[in-house]
Amino acid sequence: MSLTGLFLILFLIVHLTGNLQLLSDDGGEAFNIYTDFMSHNPLIQIIAKGNYIFILSHAILGILLALKNKKAKGSKYAVSANNKSSWASGNMALLGTLIFAFLFMHMGHFWFQFKFGSELPLVSYDGVEMIDAYTKVVSVMSQPLWMALYIVGLAVLAFHLWHGFASAFQTLGLRHKKYTPLISVLGKAYAIIIPLGFAILPLYIFFTQS
Amino acid sequence: MKLKLKVWRQKNNQTKGSFEQHTVEATEHMSFLEMLDVLNEQLISEKKDPIAFEHDCREGICGTCSMVINGQPHGPQKGTTTCQLHMRQFKDGDTIVIEPYRVNAFPIMKDLVVDRSAYDRIIQAGGYISVNTGQAPDGNSIPIEKNTALKAFGAAACIGCGACAAACPNGSAMLFTSAKISHLSHLPQGQVEQTKRVRGMVAQMDKEGFGFCSNIGACEVECPKEISTENIALMNREYLKASLVSE
Repeated sequence: MSLTGLFLILFLIVHLTGNLQLLSDDGGEAFNIYTDFMSHNPLIQIIAKGNYIFILSHAILGILLALKNKKAKGSKYAVSANNKSSWASGNMALLGTLIFAFLFMHMGHFWFQFKFGSELPLVSYDGVEMIDAYTKVVSVMSQPLWMALYIVGLAVLAFHLWHGFASAFQTLGLRHKKYTPLISVLGKAYAIIIPLGFAILPLYIFFTQS
Repeated sequence: MKLKLKVWRQKNNQTKGSFEQHTVEATEHMSFLEMLDVLNEQLISEKKDPIAFEHDCREGICGTCSMVINGQPHGPQKGTTTCQLHMRQFKDGDTIVIEPYRVNAFPIMKDLVVDRSAYDRIIQAGGYISVNTGQAPDGNSIPIEKNTALKAFGAAACIGCGACAAACPNGSAMLFTSAKISHLSHLPQGQVEQTKRVRGMVAQMDKEGFGFCSNIGACEVECPKEISTENIALMNREYLKASLVSE
């Protein structure tokens, strides 16, 4: 869980950095050139395949872990104690499942459309024709339902990361008197900043384009 | 003080249990176990079956007393075993729910008594030093840095009561196992068999059917000896290292 999780944490940074180009005021040119590069560069393609494998193994390992742990716990207590662990820590499997469902929606909106969709909007810059991913993003995010679901999905991701980030280091045995408190604070900052960074995009598009 | 108790009653491992209500007159100076003793006297005089619960030293060092009080192993007071928990922690008229540990690897034998021999088998799988280390060595004859000695001592404080697994939503025994591993790993006598120990004990822990640690941290909060999850990180580290070398 820890290694796959840490890879996905790195992936989120790259994904957000790329997507922030949606904010540039050029009618989507920077974002379109970026998506075209990402979908045609062979090295990126290999990393993308790796990313799918990491997502799937993170999910499968998570399911196996949750099943094994549920069995190990057996029955529940009649009274549940309010110990000091965060709500996210005890609900990682639920949060993970929701994120997986979110990914289906997300892939359906973009990846599936770009690979198998027909009547894709096209655009050309300096004579190079490419898919107008920007228009596609705007068309999804300007619908209130989808916009709201993206925000909810990102909130769920924030909770998942709230526990996941520091937990990955503990699982790998990377615990240190000096660095662990730092990792813990960094993890919580990450859990807020990254989902917030993503959340700005649908909100920005929704309020400026619709 | 008058207390209402909801106590788990279960005849044996094969039958299903349920809660039974009792009222008991206690004083705030009694320990929790003494309060249960009073209740049992009451039940015996009424010719009823007394409540089965485990206890031995009653001074907080043996780890025998094991029960979950209002959802917390060893009750509400931090760093305290049930026998050292006093009734002054409760108020007159309180309802107290008493349950056995609920962990699959600790089958309920009767009422509040669970079979914790899974922990013994984990110790048997490596929680020892194979050679005779003799008498306690003279002070400072084996130089060990103060901080290291403190860490070893902190881990050695584990009394193996099972509260960690009982508190864990995953039914994981990793705090216990890691405390035993860490205690020996910090000392030169224990370092020789480090790799073999971590392999054996982790394998036994899994074989017993305990869950995997997902770093929730409930164990650390409920541990009557306040063992740190730092030990779990050390065990994970040693386990990773052990899996990279051949046997």
